[in-house]
Amino acid sequence: MKQTFCVIFKKESSIIAVDSISCGPHCLMNVDLQTDATLQVDISDALSERDKVKFTVHTKSTLPNFKQNEFSVVRQHEEFIWLHDSFVENEEYAGYIIPPAPPRPDFDASREKLQKLGEGEGSMTKEEFTKMKQELEAEYLAIFKKTVAMHEVFLCRVAAHPVLRKDLNFHVFLEYNQDLSVRGKNKKEKLEDFFKNVVKSADGVLVAGVKDVDDFFEHEKTFLLEYHNRVKEASAKSDRKIRSHKNAADDINRIASTLYTLGTQDSTDLCKFFLKVSELFEKTRKIEARVAADEDLKLADLLKYYLRESQAAKDLLYRRGRALVDYENANKALDKARAKNKDVLQAETTQQVCCQKFEKISESAKQELIDFKTRRVAAFRKNLVELAELELKHAKGNLQLLQSCLGVLKGDT
Amino acid sequence: MAASSERSPPPFPDSEEPELLEDSDEGADAFTGTSISEMDSPSPDSTRPPKDIFNEPPEDIFSDPLSNINSEPQKKVDTKIPSPSSDEAVDLFSEPLDDDSEVMSSPEVQNPMPDLLNEPVEAPKSDVLGEPPVHKNAARQQDFFEDPPKGSNNSSSSVKKAVSAELFGDDEDEEDLFKETPKVVTKKPQPSGPPVDVFTEVKSDVKVKPQVKDDPTDLFTEEALTAPAQKPPASSSSSSRTNGVHSEEQDLFSEATVELSLDSPLNDRKKKDAVKPSLSAPAASVASSSSKAPSKTLEELEEEESEDKFDLNISVTNPEKVGDGMNAYMAYKVSTQTSLTMFRSKTFTVRRRFSDFLGLYEKLSEKHSQNGYIVPPPPEKSILGMTKVKVGKEDPSSAEFVERRRAALERYLQRVVSHPSLLQDPDVREFLEKEELPRAVSTQALSGAGFLKMLNKATDAVSKMTIKMNEQDVWFDEKIQDVENEEQHMRKLHVMVESLVNHRKELSGNTAVFAKSVAMLGSSEDNTALSRALSQLAEVEDRIEQLHQEQASNDFFTFSELLADYIRLLGAVKGCFDQRMKAWQRWQDAENMLQKKREAEAKLLWANKPDKLQQAKDEIAEWEAKVTQYEREFERISATVRKEVIRFDKEKARDFKRQIVKYLESLLNSQQQLIKYWEAFLPEAKAIA
Repeated sequence: MKQTFCVIFKKESSIIAVDSISCGPHCLMNVDLQTDATLQVDISDALSERDKVKFTVHTKSTLPNFKQNEFSVVRQHEEFIWLHDSFVENEEYAGYIIPPAPPRPDFDASREKLQKLGEGEGSMTKEEFTKMKQELEAEYLAIFKKTVAMHEVFLCRVAAHPVLRKDLNFHVFLEYNQDLSVRGKNKKEKLEDFFKNVVKSADGVLVAGVKDVDDFFEHEKTFLLEYHNRVKEASAKSDRKIRSHKNAADDINRIASTLYTLGTQDSTDLCKFFLKVSELFEKTRKIEARVAADEDLKLADLLKYYLRESQAAKDLLYRRGRALVDYENANKALDKARAKNKDVLQAETTQQVCCQKFEKISESAKQELIDFKTRRVAAFRKNLVELAELELKHAKGNLQLLQSCLGVLKGDT
Repeated sequence: MAASSERSPPPFPDSEEPELLEDSDEGADAFTGTSISEMDSPSPDSTRPPKDIFNEPPEDIFSDPLSNINSEPQKKVDTKIPSPSSDEAVDLFSEPLDDDSEVMSSPEVQNPMPDLLNEPVEAPKSDVLGEPPVHKNAARQQDFFEDPPKGSNNSSSSVKKAVSAELFGDDEDEEDLFKETPKVVTKKPQPSGPPVDVFTEVKSDVKVKPQVKDDPTDLFTEEALTAPAQKPPASSSSSSRTNGVHSEEQDLFSEATVELSLDSPLNDRKKKDAVKPSLSAPAASVASSSSKAPSKTLEELEEEESEDKFDLNISVTNPEKVGDGMNAYMAYKVSTQTSLTMFRSKTFTVRRRFSDFLGLYEKLSEKHSQNGYIVPPPPEKSILGMTKVKVGKEDPSSAEFVERRRAALERYLQRVVSHPSLLQDPDVREFLEKEELPRAVSTQALSGAGFLKMLNKATDAVSKMTIKMNEQDVWFDEKIQDVENEEQHMRKLHVMVESLVNHRKELSGNTAVFAKSVAMLGSSEDNTALSRALSQLAEVEDRIEQLHQEQASNDFFTFSELLADYIRLLGAVKGCFDQRMKAWQRWQDAENMLQKKREAEAKLLWANKPDKLQQAKDEIAEWEAKVTQYEREFERISATVRKEVIRFDKEKARDFKRQIVKYLESLLNSQQQLIKYWEAFLPEAKAIA
């Protein structure tokens, strides 16, 4: 896949501001997607502005309900969330694992750092400044890439889903070339969401306590509960690990620049030696930083994705469990009604509806969970293989650098 | 009068007698240069013990140089001259003055010098020096001072003249020189009546010596023993200098060192055992020995370096906790392996505690740093770290602390012995060889000595600020700046490497935690192949954790500690520059004083006061001598510092290259391991289906 990144940093009154970043097509491979020529979605471009990111969503489709075969629209993060929420709220999709919504782009930390760098410009040497600036730009770019990738994954997952791809809202999202004018949730709605979540999780505990009649679901339930917690743990730990790895890489970078200044003090033999070592460290730190970045991309992001995906799967199980409880309650109500011979018809209809709902959910959920597992295994395989290959590549590169440098140094002394 | 005043504290000896001696040593200093700077090494405290034992005279010998350095001797001279001894002073100087240039370079003054160096015992050779013991034996100083001095001084100057003639005659042969001196002494006295007494006394003193040895005061006997050993070198050095032939100087010097190194350590050791409280005697004698060593190193630096390097191997091992609670300390095994003949055996081992290492440094720096030597500094005291070791049982941080200190001590000793002239120091050998060392007391951080040291440092810092040296030597100018910059960058680098160490440790810890959580994830994964792969990944991460940990300790021990060492060493280098600056300051002060004296003389001439004119002339002569002496001292210290810094730079380059290459190799090794681990993992990842 062709990737073109163009970063423009404009300096305004000695404060560095990130004006815009554009990002080429990028697809995160941590979800195994069926390749289907009938509907292909990607994010061809993205633009980072002060407080928002604009994604250009590019669609290629042969489906008859689209006016054109190929088109692009500009979407923002909020619109992605709207699409996700519309899926979640749709009763029709209760039996499916709703693809998790992409996380909110978070450039604040990175922006702040850049700002600080701009303020501290006077207090450091030119080399230090450019180095720091490069570091931060790289960091910013990495976050940006990740954000774009996460949003793309969401769309790809929806497009690949046999039912969700046909959703009207999705089609509107892809095709409507105006602002969808979705607004963020207001305070009242947020509060409602919060209570809903509290009720849901309390209910979830209740529902989870009910013994499932189906062994498959019973197993999936216990598995997902445990899996979710562990993937959460692993994700947090991998983040910390990668952060310290990045810190170490930064240290090497600083060591390299100090060695450089030490080496330029004089022109003695030792100074030349320092310069060579500095050069080496400069290169190795790049590799170290790449190692950290690749671990982040291949492992941490994978874990993070499956954290959200397993949450979605858990939600599915909750909906099914809820439906099961409803169904059982309806059965009881029907029994009662029959015994009293009162409202039997109404109870029967309710029971019928609940039964249908439960069966529908169970039927699709089973398939969804099996798919989830297949997808998960495939994604882990792909990413772990890639991770190992990248680690090997970097370690070998590092080794080569060290070997050649040692060769030169030993030749000198 | 003399008796009472002489007992007063050393810095300002204001009796006539010291003056007498003072005059002579100042001249002497001009030639032998070294003596004064060495002599000031014994601190005021240490000079006192000998005084008590010897009654007064020895004290003067010691205190004189001190007073010279301690500044404003000229004032004393002024006040003293009017006293009875003024005549003597005139006499003493008037004669040499005839020889004009010889005032400064004549051997006349040069004899007393060795004596000064070698303490009272040498007295017998020339009467000026013979006096002290004489006093003791005669026990009547007053008389001596009132009457015989005139005669004795007259004779002394004449004797000296004779001696100088002798010296010129046969400066190659030191033995002769010494044999001849007594002859001269016996010959000369005859013409002048009164001095005969003095000389007979001197002779008797020589004879008395054995008796003195029986004397309960150990110090004296010890000194009597040392003296003979030291005489030859001292005289050789002075004679060569009078000749002004530099090429000869080296040879003589190297001979001197050989002799010294054979003799002095033994004597020193004896002395130390005998008179622990007073450091003065060993310090002084060692000082004389070290004064000769430099000249040798200057010339033979190159060969020396290569020689010494390989046949001396020191390791510090087996740190062991001795004692309990707050009195506990760590003892280290110091093993030496050498083929150097100066050691008694080829391999030997001693146990030393940390304060012994510090004590060694104190001794070495006391003796050598003012000569412009870079004395390698030992690792810092760490009260916190040590308290942890003392209190805590077995926790990793204190184990790391001990290992760090052990390694630092080992490097410290290796640096000391790789220095050609420090290796020659008897204290170093004693440290390496001797079973038991007297406990070093002054190294305690909170002791009185520690406080004094702090005070000294503070005053040094102040004086450093006040001295404004206009640097003439471009090399020094640049080097001082370079060292300053280098230290700054090293510090910065050190901070960063430390931060790398910390981050690497953090990374290692986080990797371990991550490995655990991956293992957990693997155990809950229901796809068997994926579960297996995840637990494999956990294993890989576990190994990587180990790798990071090892790398962190490599970062620390091979890189960070190297920098810490060199930050300390650069501090020592700066100390050398400061010593040089102090010498320069001394020279400039003397120069200014001379200027003043000359002006005073001009005034006197103009005012037509012939009675004081002579005195003024004497003073000028004295200060001219001082200026020459200080200038030479400055030149000498400059040369030494320069050699030392060049040597240091060489060592530094070698150390850095070796250590960084070692460090890179450790990184290389890490990467190789990493490749192995991931290569083993790759098929596992591919096996997921």
